[in-house]
Amino acid sequence: MSAAQRSVPVVIEQASRQFGGFAALKGISLAIAPGELVALLGPSGSGKTTLLRLIAGLDQADQGRILFDGVDADVLSLRDRRIGMVFQSYALFRHMTVADNIAFGLRARPRRTRPPESEIRQRVGALLDLVQLPGLEARFPSQLSGGQRQRVALARALAIEPRVLLLDEPFGALDAKVRKDLRAWLRALHDQTGHTTLFVTHDQEEALELADRVAILNDGLLEQVGTPDAVYDHPATAFVCGFLGEANHIPVELKGGEALFDGSPVFHAGANTSGPGALYVRPHHFRFDIPGATALDGHVANVRRHGAIRRAEVAVRGLARKLDVDIFSAVAPAVGERVGLRVTGGHVFAGA
Amino acid sequence: MSDANLAAIEMPEARIARRDGAAARIVLVTLALGFLALFLALPLAIVFIEAFARGWQAYRNGLADPDALAAIWLTLVVAAIAVPVNVVVGIAGAWAIAKHEFRGKSLLVSLVDLPFSVSPVIAGLVFVLLFGAQGYFGPVLASYGVEIIFALPGIVLATLFVTFPFIARELIPHMQALGNAEEETALTLGASGWRTFCMVTLPNIKWSLLYGVLLCNARAMGEFGAVAVVSGKIRGLTTTMPLHVEILYNEYMSVAAFAVASLLALLALVTLAAKSFLEWRHADEIAASRRH
Repeated sequence: MSAAQRSVPVVIEQASRQFGGFAALKGISLAIAPGELVALLGPSGSGKTTLLRLIAGLDQADQGRILFDGVDADVLSLRDRRIGMVFQSYALFRHMTVADNIAFGLRARPRRTRPPESEIRQRVGALLDLVQLPGLEARFPSQLSGGQRQRVALARALAIEPRVLLLDEPFGALDAKVRKDLRAWLRALHDQTGHTTLFVTHDQEEALELADRVAILNDGLLEQVGTPDAVYDHPATAFVCGFLGEANHIPVELKGGEALFDGSPVFHAGANTSGPGALYVRPHHFRFDIPGATALDGHVANVRRHGAIRRAEVAVRGLARKLDVDIFSAVAPAVGERVGLRVTGGHVFAGA
Repeated sequence: MSDANLAAIEMPEARIARRDGAAARIVLVTLALGFLALFLALPLAIVFIEAFARGWQAYRNGLADPDALAAIWLTLVVAAIAVPVNVVVGIAGAWAIAKHEFRGKSLLVSLVDLPFSVSPVIAGLVFVLLFGAQGYFGPVLASYGVEIIFALPGIVLATLFVTFPFIARELIPHMQALGNAEEETALTLGASGWRTFCMVTLPNIKWSLLYGVLLCNARAMGEFGAVAVVSGKIRGLTTTMPLHVEILYNEYMSVAAFAVASLLALLALVTLAAKSFLEWRHADEIAASRRH
């Protein structure tokens, strides 16, 4: 397949959408390069599915435009947009066989561009091979597992040789194990076929692992766009920092480039702003110290296993929520032990 | 889920129910069967017994009477118009309600039910008031030579009104459960709206639609009250089968009356049989189209 040539850039310019009194999208701009795999990440209600539906042409933006290869999508019919869309529920045609599902888009073409039936059958076979479901042509959707349905839905979307592939929560309805397998498989498939792909997810791990770039949405606004490394290591906003991975929130006072907690410096903020601020520290950016040596002084509330490492919950004086602290040494502090915490890395945001 | 699995799951419940009291079960079953025998089987049997009370020849004469034939023909014509119109309007209404959000939707849902809650006689009277000789539009229509009341159009209108809910009500919950995703997928795959409807929507709703059509047809042929008001009961011209039965009965021609009535009863039995057959023959498919 030479999908790479077919892939087109997609540019979203100031797209807004209101539903009644509710603003689902408040002016979003995003440019996607041909062949790029971009994740739209955000909590539910952040507008990510609305944006996907605007791009698919299933809904109309109130303001702004969407360009496919430089052409305003408004002038394109759904057919001419050539979007491969995979819904969260898969939406397989339940009364059709797998083969008829996949062939649907090809058979729906006007007669002069419709491939002959023999070629359609051949294409269906090739697509089933591509999604690793050979020989399932005659099955009905109800006879397939969730993961298989997902892959048939993808094959059906790929059959029309889409210029852009849109996936709405592609793994949302699958269990954790199948989800992990399909994630790796989808990444490999994308590398192989090279479609411009946009997928919606609320799972930050999925977005970071799978995407070339991650676009983080919150409350109808784009918070940040960047490579997984960039958004994780350099979150632009407090929301991004808190949404991507785990982070402890510590209210601080900013003064002279230092973040002060309880009047004492806990972290060198760098920027020279003053006033209240928020310090976000990931669990692996704490080190234990002797009690009283730092401004963060507390006792270990409990210690739990957390994958490869152990993690302590430390109750700090003056903080409502306990801090999650990764333990790297073999010797763990005892529950109830008084400890001090040193911050080795973090992100500071001005404002509360 | 296979039938075997289902049975395995339902078994413990069934056992509990059985333990709950054989006496209660026997009383309930007897009550239900007794009720059915008294109010359904017995009347049905009497229709056929009375129809054949004076033998096959008298039965045939009753049906071969020109007025009876005209009534049968009129009934078929009315159903042949009312059912297709209600199929189209019912699908359109159910589509609007199930697949779109708009202001006044709940009002529309209650309006769909209105014919069920209004007495058919009132429905007939409304059309008389609208289109009758002294009605709002009657004189204007009459001046153009259009007859509605005491003619076929009035009978069709009254029948349409009374039978409208059958198809829409069958489709609305089913279409709501199906959602929009399959149609939207078809559209993104490049299918036209019409192709999407024929290839995706219609196959998904065909069993509900067929149920609705069967019920709608049975009612269209059997409707009495609303049709009686608008038809004027002109023998051989505006009497449908139910009206013809009443006229004959009032004239003490009970064999002829029951002969025509037996046809209506037969229609009910055929409808019931067709519905049961469909349920039995396509049980898996029906379940699949509702469940997925």
